[in-house]
Amino acid sequence: MKTSSKQPAEGGGEFYEKHKKVYPREVHGLFATLRVTGVLTLLGLYYLLPWLSWEGHQAVLFDLPARKFYIFTLTFWPQDFIYLAALLIISALALFFFTTLAGRLWCGYACPQTVWTEVFLWMERWFEGDRNKQIKLDNAPMAGGKFLRKSAKHTVWLLFSLWTGFTFVGYFTPITELGQAVLQFNTGPWETFWILFYGFATYGNAGWMREQVCIYMCPYARFQSAMFDKDTLLISYDEQRGEPRGSRKRSADPKNLGLGDCVDCTLCVQVCPTGIDIRDGLQYQCIGCAACVDVCNDVMGKMKYAPGLIRYTTENAMQGVPTRILRPRVTIYITLLCAITAALIYSMLIRLPLGLDVIRDRNALYRETNEGLIENIYILKIINMDKQAHEYHLTVSGLEGATLLLEKTDLLIDAGKVVTVPARIRIDPVHLKKIGYDVYFTLTAKDNSALHVRQKGRFIGPLNR
Amino acid sequence: MSTGLSIFVIVFTLANIVGCYFLIRWSGQKRQGEAAEGQVTGHTWDGDLQEYNNPLPRWWLWLFYITIIFSLVYLVFYPGAGNFQGVLGWSQEQRYNDEIKAANADYGPIFAAYSKQSIQDLAKDKKAMQAGQRLFLNYCATCHGSDARGAKGFPNLSDTDWLYGGSPDAIKTSILNGRNGIMPPMGAALGGAGIDEVTAYVMTLSGREADPNFAEAGKQRFQILCASCHGQDAKGNPALGAANLTDDIWLHGRSRGAIVETITKGRTGVMPPHRDFLGEDKAHLLAAYVYSLSNK
Repeated sequence: MKTSSKQPAEGGGEFYEKHKKVYPREVHGLFATLRVTGVLTLLGLYYLLPWLSWEGHQAVLFDLPARKFYIFTLTFWPQDFIYLAALLIISALALFFFTTLAGRLWCGYACPQTVWTEVFLWMERWFEGDRNKQIKLDNAPMAGGKFLRKSAKHTVWLLFSLWTGFTFVGYFTPITELGQAVLQFNTGPWETFWILFYGFATYGNAGWMREQVCIYMCPYARFQSAMFDKDTLLISYDEQRGEPRGSRKRSADPKNLGLGDCVDCTLCVQVCPTGIDIRDGLQYQCIGCAACVDVCNDVMGKMKYAPGLIRYTTENAMQGVPTRILRPRVTIYITLLCAITAALIYSMLIRLPLGLDVIRDRNALYRETNEGLIENIYILKIINMDKQAHEYHLTVSGLEGATLLLEKTDLLIDAGKVVTVPARIRIDPVHLKKIGYDVYFTLTAKDNSALHVRQKGRFIGPLNR
Repeated sequence: MSTGLSIFVIVFTLANIVGCYFLIRWSGQKRQGEAAEGQVTGHTWDGDLQEYNNPLPRWWLWLFYITIIFSLVYLVFYPGAGNFQGVLGWSQEQRYNDEIKAANADYGPIFAAYSKQSIQDLAKDKKAMQAGQRLFLNYCATCHGSDARGAKGFPNLSDTDWLYGGSPDAIKTSILNGRNGIMPPMGAALGGAGIDEVTAYVMTLSGREADPNFAEAGKQRFQILCASCHGQDAKGNPALGAANLTDDIWLHGRSRGAIVETITKGRTGVMPPHRDFLGEDKAHLLAAYVYSLSNK
């Protein structure tokens, strides 16, 4: 739809354009069903997960003040942050892999921006009807009916947004307590801020900003197009088959009229959530939602033409060249993806719920006792990340003749507790052959010898022995 | 900062902000010969890569203007324009003091509750002692060591030897008011031979081997010069912080050389007072922790 002819005279104007609202038309079909399924699954998970409980705690809870992340049976400590890094790498590789394989699948079906915008569109249609009615309503003067419809829409949007913000905060603070606090208008300052902030962001992004987030703000949107090659599945208009476009009677034979299969109904433009014309070719604004595919197939069916005038296809297929799916970049992405995922799962499986930090006292290099023995002092931080208490046994190795002395004899540590134990290594200086030694502290659970960690420390003795 | 510099900073900052406004206005204007919206700009790269004029939405421009307004509002409310401190009176120091106040309001009652118990009782309270250990690691371990066994010149707090007394009150007083221990240099008064003799005598006090003749001579000198502080029996004097010399515990080194140096040059020990930054309540808990180390 060319709108430039309707524009005011060019020249001398602003370098910035006025935003034109996009009214996506409702669409049904295979890909719309897929997206609705995606929306319901993802949002269902988002809104319901915090309400589940597991082994006496909220199933998914990111407890920031206690610095513990609960995800079902797993409890993550700050020491486990490496897993988050691995998860982010996996996400990035998965994005690369799927984008190379089939274009912007993430944008079209799973991105929060798409998912929440979809829900906001549904709510908009409850009150304002489909595209044509919406345009008509927006052009009408503000009167009773319009005011009612608009305010009802915004009320529902705002309520849904606040519920979204509430759910978001519910991942970080127990949601049942938060629910009670909200009902009594008794939320803490940060809880209030984040509920309102996240709610406002949802309302603004899904209600007002919509495609502008994808077009002007999103960095992924820009670089994803760089991951396409000639074998990437993209939503494309079959120009050879469609052109020259033109309207015709359903009974007419296009060949006699000298027309292609495109009936120029502009439905593909009307359903587009970013307001582009797919028939102009691949554009960076295209989020790959396949709404145009669904609607065009509908029209083709009514015209009794073959479906797929707009379809998922590759540049090579369009030009009659065979498409290669397993090309080097796809193979490399999938190999890396599998390797890192396997490594993450393996390291989670062998992860021990026990931590030991050795911090050497720095006030004095060493201490000489009255008996002439040399001592080094350490602070040991023992972290029992397990769900049950354990009694531990500590040994030291790496220094012949050394004795380990603990201030505490019983290393019985409750579940989820960190205990600080001062420790000394004592040695007769006749055993010291050099100034410094690496020593190794080994901590073993008395009830389970597989539960052990080893940590390096440093022992320093006098220069003159 | 001086008035001149302050005026310079204010003028410079405001000139920059105003400059930004004009820069944005200037760059937002369409200039002659520029491509219309949706047209090719005429720039070509790599032979066939062309640039279209795809303008940003206008609200994006407003964001720039909003940042300019924000910066002006900020300069009115917060310190930024030279010596002008802003109408809110906000400062880093104030923030720090507020946080200290908030922390005291949060944790103060815990320490206040502990301070109502006697030090002997607290020393048996496992939870209180965990808190006491954390305080000790923060405030005391730097000198006395994480295990409280001290270092050369810094007393071991886990034994039963006390320079200033090991009663709960004496420990608390040491923490609150600090201690200044002075062993005066005796080198000049004793002379070379005198030092050797007194050293020998001091060593025998702890049952160590030394030349008996020297020790005998040293005993005479000790009674004249040293007994006034360390006592006739050499068991020290907690009122002065004079060390007990009969227990084979040596704060400044056990070797003969170290003892000679102590007698010749004297020693100075300083335990700084902690009343001001710990307060009575925390000192009470710390005293209980230190007391617990030698009274298990």
